[in-house]
Amino acid sequence: MNPDRRRAPPNDSEMGVDFVAKLAEIGQNPLMAAGVQIMQLNITRCCNLVCRHCHVKATPDRTEMMSLDVLEECIRIARQFRINTIDITGGSPELHPKLPWLLHTLADDGKHTMVRTNLAILLEDRFRGFPELYRDCKVEVVGSLPDYLEERTDRQRGAGTFKKCILALQNLNAVGYGREGTGLVLDLAHNPAGSYLPGNQASLEAEYRRTLRDKFNVEFNRLFVLTNCPIGRFHDFLVRSGNLDDYMRMLRQTFNPVAVPNVMCRTMLSVGWDGRLYDCDFNQVLDLPVNSDVPGHVRDFDSGRLGNRHIVLGNHCYACCAGAGSSCQGSLEK
Amino acid sequence: MSDAYYKPEDLADFPNIGEYAPDLAKGFFDYYGKATAAGKLTEREKALIALTVATVRHCPYCIDAYTNKCLSLGVGNDEMMEAIHVGAAMVAGDTLAHATQMRKIVRKKEM
Repeated sequence: MNPDRRRAPPNDSEMGVDFVAKLAEIGQNPLMAAGVQIMQLNITRCCNLVCRHCHVKATPDRTEMMSLDVLEECIRIARQFRINTIDITGGSPELHPKLPWLLHTLADDGKHTMVRTNLAILLEDRFRGFPELYRDCKVEVVGSLPDYLEERTDRQRGAGTFKKCILALQNLNAVGYGREGTGLVLDLAHNPAGSYLPGNQASLEAEYRRTLRDKFNVEFNRLFVLTNCPIGRFHDFLVRSGNLDDYMRMLRQTFNPVAVPNVMCRTMLSVGWDGRLYDCDFNQVLDLPVNSDVPGHVRDFDSGRLGNRHIVLGNHCYACCAGAGSSCQGSLEK
Repeated sequence: MSDAYYKPEDLADFPNIGEYAPDLAKGFFDYYGKATAAGKLTEREKALIALTVATVRHCPYCIDAYTNKCLSLGVGNDEMMEAIHVGAAMVAGDTLAHATQMRKIVRKKEM
């Protein structure tokens, strides 16, 4: 690793660096990529919300936006190397002015496109038409709804957010999302509202489904259960509340070797707003780019080398391997 | 609660109670796993029962473990509190029911 390409995670000294040793114990070090099947684009760090768990530390004041040049480069790469799943995240992707153009272009290219939305933003006047935009581009919508309990969601994301999310979900349902036979997929993302690990995905999905259907007449397809990564604003909360050691202990105790071969970084590449390449969104936030032996920017993309790269690891990686495992698509054990 | 006896990190030692008696521990853990897994009752319902018993039995380890489990399974704080009230009511009822013994003795003894 070239030291000028890698800055140590700010919290490493508190967390120790033993994840690599753990992987060595089970014969999985170095952890290698297995192709690039998914390209995740973090197109902006700007967000209308200031959520207490946000690893990106997104706020309405963040100005980072992926340039048109970088977006066009990503589209070209996806075409050339047949990367068929494009996962668009932020910040709030809706705040990027080129999002509608990007979605139409990817739809024309026949790509499977996912947009990670905080849902509440879809209630703002300028985004009222986005459910139709998503429908027209056959986007898979992944809506963040940390909890089916209003109090827990609002504690994490701000007062009144839960009600907005429910209205947005009803609007998405109204254009066909989550409804049988439409082919329009609406997933929800759950993450714990505090210093604890998420429960069984199937159990939580059943509770979400029952509550949202009975109380709000909301339908969805799948629930993705995500473990909070101890970085960014969630890390700040852990330190402030005196929970960091306990949380890291929980992650270590529940380390699941079976999850390791399925972690998302093995088949996904994360592109930052400035075109730099990362193994995942978490490494992006920690300013840990892909290892220095492979191209580090989207303009130098090399499918062969990037698809067979050593993945850059840190103790935050315990979060993806705890319990049933965690990824952008939820638990790793289905 | 004395800090010298109960330390949060000791919870992690629970899987090691098989030291000195591994066969018995294996029997216990097999039983424990089956008894607390989803069956006719859901995992969620069983976690609430376990939290209630843990609270009634004053076990700090189990209270820690099952509060976390209830949070993980999306159980509301109000639901956890309601379950603990069931435990409290049972303890109160159990105590008061034993007043029968006192009353029986009083009735026998008094002229």
